[in-house]
Amino acid sequence: MKLKRNTILTFIALLVIVVLLFFAEKSLNPYYRRILNLCAIYSIFSVTFNLIFGYTGQFSLGHAGFAAIGAYVAALLTLSPAQKAVNFFLKPIISPLANVELPFLLALIVGGLITAILSMLIAWPALRLHGDYLAIATLGFSEIIRSLMVNMQSLTNGALGLKGIPGYTNLFWSWGCLAVCVFIIKRLVDSSYGRAISAVRDDEVAAEALGVNLFKHKMMAFGVSSFFVGVAGGLMANLISTIDPKVFLFTLTYQIVGVTVMGGMGSLTGSVISASLYTIFLEALRPLESQFTIGSLTVPGIPGMRMVIFSVLLLLVILFSRKGLMGNNEFSWDGLFRLFNRLRSKKGDGSTGGDEA
Amino acid sequence: MTFDSFFQNLANGISLGSLYALIAIGYTMVYGILRLINFAHGDLVMLGSYFAFYGVSMFFLPWWAAFIFAVGVTAGVGVVMEKVAYRPLREFPRINLFTAAVAVSFLLENLAIVIFGGRPKAFSRPPFMDKMLNIGSITFVSYTPIIIAVSLVLFVGLILIINHTKAGTAMRALSKDIETTGLMGVNTNKTIMFAFLLGSCLAAVGGILWAIKFPQINPLMGVMPGLKAFVAAVLGGIGNVGGAMIGGLLLGIVEIMLVAFFPSLSGYRDAFSFAILILLLLFRPTGIMGEVQPEKV
Repeated sequence: MKLKRNTILTFIALLVIVVLLFFAEKSLNPYYRRILNLCAIYSIFSVTFNLIFGYTGQFSLGHAGFAAIGAYVAALLTLSPAQKAVNFFLKPIISPLANVELPFLLALIVGGLITAILSMLIAWPALRLHGDYLAIATLGFSEIIRSLMVNMQSLTNGALGLKGIPGYTNLFWSWGCLAVCVFIIKRLVDSSYGRAISAVRDDEVAAEALGVNLFKHKMMAFGVSSFFVGVAGGLMANLISTIDPKVFLFTLTYQIVGVTVMGGMGSLTGSVISASLYTIFLEALRPLESQFTIGSLTVPGIPGMRMVIFSVLLLLVILFSRKGLMGNNEFSWDGLFRLFNRLRSKKGDGSTGGDEA
Repeated sequence: MTFDSFFQNLANGISLGSLYALIAIGYTMVYGILRLINFAHGDLVMLGSYFAFYGVSMFFLPWWAAFIFAVGVTAGVGVVMEKVAYRPLREFPRINLFTAAVAVSFLLENLAIVIFGGRPKAFSRPPFMDKMLNIGSITFVSYTPIIIAVSLVLFVGLILIINHTKAGTAMRALSKDIETTGLMGVNTNKTIMFAFLLGSCLAAVGGILWAIKFPQINPLMGVMPGLKAFVAAVLGGIGNVGGAMIGGLLLGIVEIMLVAFFPSLSGYRDAFSFAILILLLLFRPTGIMGEVQPEKV
């Protein structure tokens, strides 16, 4: 009975979201659409970081590099041969790639797969390291990838980047990918694999003693996580339609870590909420950095102010709520109803809301 | 390569390496005590050079006074950073501490953009550092030996402080076990603050010397030296001050020599240092001088 109610509610909610996305895609102006697209892309980044760190406990700082691989693969596969010829004027692109043009879905999947394979190749030796050493090694790999992208002129067009990537990404693609990503990761962490990777996070020695194959489970988490990072990178390339290696500096990884911690380690809901809030918030503050007028007063824009406010907020969230916005709780209908009931029965009782799993 | 240009490159490598080492010491001291990768440390390097720049160009201080002023203010920033952002989080999960460091780093960089402006500024060297020196047939600019000498003096001073003063002993004790050290009557807060103070001073000196060597400063200039110094700290064995010096020197020399011997690979310079780091981590995970910690069950 109760299960049925929740299923119906989920179905209705999904329908509402699809309808909303449909109208957003139809009637919103490109600027707002772009922000909503970015919300989904950053959510994927954050959710995947949560899988690798929040659930599996492997402190990997390779996200920016992995996203770069996905972005470049998807971009190179979707660029038309004519555009490629325009882009690669310093050095021609290596031959088989010059004439390849794939449909978007295929490009995304290939991008994800190549990212997953490369990241697992990296993880294979690196996962012998623990904690901070793993973090440093993956950060190093991420920078090496970026450095290769600057230098491999005939494959990536080097520091010039790629321009004129077709803007296939729309709200259905981005939110659809996010939905698939969240669904798969949620199913994964709720399965026996999920129990095993949580065990790895909490105590590797104990998990191993209980028969969990550490290497296999870490690799799996790494592979799944970086597959979706690659897909998100591809979405990003086809959203902003120009990419260059500077987009994927390790500061991108730091932002993802900050957003995920703000949302709550071990809460996919928290990751999505936090990433969306972050994206919207940064855009909402954009006027601060361009010239604006109050009455007859013209205030010059203050570049850098947005990130100042963001970092202060990030610091405040960490200082005053050690578990982030959602802790390790997920959104659920039962939790929502409990919250409503609680709010109704004890209004002003000082109860501390929040959804419970 | 001729003998002379080899020595020229070697001197260049040592001076770059001493800068890495100066910055790496701050990383390693903080990591040794708090197990925190303080990513904001690189930004103290930037602050140091900016304060020196403004000391000269705005307050018209003589260069030596401006440098002392810059070191003092940067040390102040470092201490405030510890007190406001890191101290309250000491008992929290380590990811929170790490994220706080990321937040502080973003904050410092963007505050610098807001206050100092995003455009690069030209740092003017004190006149005596611009002279060409000839020793035999080897030519180098006079700041190269000055950087090496200043770093050497600071290294020796720091080792004396760590090994032969009460505060230094307390710091070494803290890096073994914070709680027990506190129970034995050491004021942990003060000692950690002292570690940050020392680290920030060295970062500021590193920043000023960096600006003398590469006389163009911008708000993000601390990021790459910071990351490299961090690599150096890990190379040497993070948590180990002597290791940080060796790691820094090694990294500087290797980087310069790579570019000198294989000019075609110069684009891969950054990738190369990370590759060294990863190789070392795989074969000797605790770095050159680090202690191997047994796995506890």
